[in-house]
Amino acid sequence: MLLFRDLSFRYKIPLRAVVLVAVTAMTLTAANVTREYEQMRSDLFDNAETLGRVLAMTLITPMLHDDLWRAYELISMPVSADTPASLGAETMLVIDARGRIYASTRPRVHPVQTPLNSLGAVYARLAVEIEEAGQTSSRAVDLPDADDFYLLMPVMFDGVRLGTLVMVYPKSIFIPRFHSIVSRAALMTLLVLSLLLPMSWYWGRRMATPLVQLADCMGKVGERIPDESEYTLYESRDEIGRAGAQLKNMLRALREKQALEQQVIASERLAAIGRITAGIAHEINNPLGGMLNAISTYKKHGQAGQLETRTLPLLERGLLQIKDTVGALLVESRLQSHPLAPQDLDDVQTLLLPHLARKRVQLIWHGMLLAPVALPSTQVRQILLNLLLNAIQAAEPDSEIGCEIAREPDCLLIRVANRGQPIPAERLNHLFEPFVGTTADGHGLGLWVTYQLVQQLNGRIAVDSDERIGTVFSITLPVTESV
Amino acid sequence: MRRRDFLVRTAALGAAMTPVGVLGEVGEAHDGERRRALRIGLTPVFLDDQAAFLNRWRDYLSRASGYEVVFVQRSSYREISEQIASNALDVAWMCGYPYVMDSERLRLLAVPLHLGRPAYRSYLITPEDAPVARIEELEGKVFAFSDPNSFSGSLYPRFLLHHAGHTPDSLFRRSFFTWSHRKVVEAVAVGLADGGAVAGYVWETLDRLHPEITRRTRVVSRSPSYGFPPFVARRDLPAAVFSRLQSVFFGMRDDDEGLRLLTALNLDGFVPGTPEQFSEIREMARLVDRR
Repeated sequence: MLLFRDLSFRYKIPLRAVVLVAVTAMTLTAANVTREYEQMRSDLFDNAETLGRVLAMTLITPMLHDDLWRAYELISMPVSADTPASLGAETMLVIDARGRIYASTRPRVHPVQTPLNSLGAVYARLAVEIEEAGQTSSRAVDLPDADDFYLLMPVMFDGVRLGTLVMVYPKSIFIPRFHSIVSRAALMTLLVLSLLLPMSWYWGRRMATPLVQLADCMGKVGERIPDESEYTLYESRDEIGRAGAQLKNMLRALREKQALEQQVIASERLAAIGRITAGIAHEINNPLGGMLNAISTYKKHGQAGQLETRTLPLLERGLLQIKDTVGALLVESRLQSHPLAPQDLDDVQTLLLPHLARKRVQLIWHGMLLAPVALPSTQVRQILLNLLLNAIQAAEPDSEIGCEIAREPDCLLIRVANRGQPIPAERLNHLFEPFVGTTADGHGLGLWVTYQLVQQLNGRIAVDSDERIGTVFSITLPVTESV
Repeated sequence: MRRRDFLVRTAALGAAMTPVGVLGEVGEAHDGERRRALRIGLTPVFLDDQAAFLNRWRDYLSRASGYEVVFVQRSSYREISEQIASNALDVAWMCGYPYVMDSERLRLLAVPLHLGRPAYRSYLITPEDAPVARIEELEGKVFAFSDPNSFSGSLYPRFLLHHAGHTPDSLFRRSFFTWSHRKVVEAVAVGLADGGAVAGYVWETLDRLHPEITRRTRVVSRSPSYGFPPFVARRDLPAAVFSRLQSVFFGMRDDDEGLRLLTALNLDGFVPGTPEQFSEIREMARLVDRR
């Protein structure tokens, strides 16, 4: 079963807002209804008293003149059917000074001159009340087991009580009015709610959305940190906005840390590979040199038989190939060379011309050097050549490749781009390891060598590759002193 | 005084005078100012609570007679009797009983025709469910009279009581006046009174106009026919005015508007009357009131 506390804020906040609005509306309505009911009750009694006072005064003359018909006409007027119900008593009685019915609006029930106390228990008690009330102004009588309220109003003339006007209001008179008040109030409440509820639901949803986004975003953080494009966060300076901004910063920091860690792992792996490779290369180079010397000596001084003449060159070629490979693995850093000069870049372009021509690829070259740069030219030329040759190889025929050289105050930037097939993501992680990019044309050491050269120059190399931009190698080489 | 002389002289010119001139000559108000209107007093001998109808009737009488007619309505017969006795009214529609009491000062102008006869009856009514056949059976009950000076609503029932050896106070627990025939019917209908006396003409007319009231009453007995409440004029009303008015009343049934008014009044027309038509009422008054 879904518990309310487990419900999403998407529903919880709107629900709470709706409940709040409904409770508020109902409380206000109840308060209004109560007030209106009290008001109506007191209005009714006020009206009754005013009416009673006027009637009692107009009854003086008919009672003095013993004009029964006139008295009857007077009291029946407010009771007649077309009088507004809020004013009308249900029944009116005029009791004479001797406690008998003088006139009644229901003469069949209250015949003329009948003693009031012979009309039943309620009327008998009413007769006592009238006696007790004496000559006081007016008196409301609420007998517990009677169905009506009674308002007693003495008919006074010159200090003498001629009689008493009794106005009878049924206790049930309030029920239909109460119903009408309640139904009107309920209608108003429903109207208000029909406006407020959708609004509060909408606002509740709006309030919940940033929370939901925040929660969704945090939910995506796990094995990997989600990319900024994978989530949307509400931006503002309120608490949720600040939490969102903070989360965004944390994720960015986490992503950077993760990238850094991967980079560190990669470079450490490459460094380890470099050390192993160098170690193995040295171990191989020593006996290899011996073996090549031995072959050379044997070729000079030994009597070579037919077998030897055929075998030794074979051995020598194999050993030389090993030497080449090992040599390629061992990137020479101790090589001394002159500082990188503008001429060196021209040389690189010249060297590339036949390759470009063969693949019908055009080289777009940006930037140039105005003065020599304090970087060893051999290594930089090697780096440029390696990258550009790779670019030509990766480029589609009849396409373009780009090379950009920029001299920054403290470094030299090199970017080489091609628009060929992007490098698959799984290869990108091992791109600079030896023998990774082995193809029919090369042994896959080009990038390894490039990487080693960049490392030796304390530079950084990065690669971006996707469908949109193609493949771009970016190299930053720090320049410590100017030439 | 000059003006009066002038008017007296113009009166002598006779036929050349306008009817208003004739009227101006004859009447004199209490304050000495001459009246120019013909004042007709109305009593509740008929359903006098119809203002629109009365306006129509007044306009008709003014148009037909050439005099400016003014209706004077009072709630009791006595006030109208006193006013015509003091010449404050020229004509009055009054009950036969006050007429016979003051007949030497009054002149019969016209008697209405009801159901083809210049006569009506007094009805004894009770609530519809009361098992009463005669007025004596209402002993200890509440009784409603119309006006003390009404024949049908007071004198006749008192005559019945007198005949049976009673007075209202000795027989009834309570009796009261409603000052109007219509209200007698209402008092009996709502049960305020256990019985009442009412002009048969009023009950029948009310039965046509408001059957929901008369339906709640029952006519227990009907009296013999007596002279219908007549229109009377003061004795000194000039003969020309008197006869012109008579011809207006007698001619009402001969034109459309007059006929419509008569229909509304539930009358058939007006005819000349004789004092003898009311002699029985006079006898009865003498007997009951020892007058």
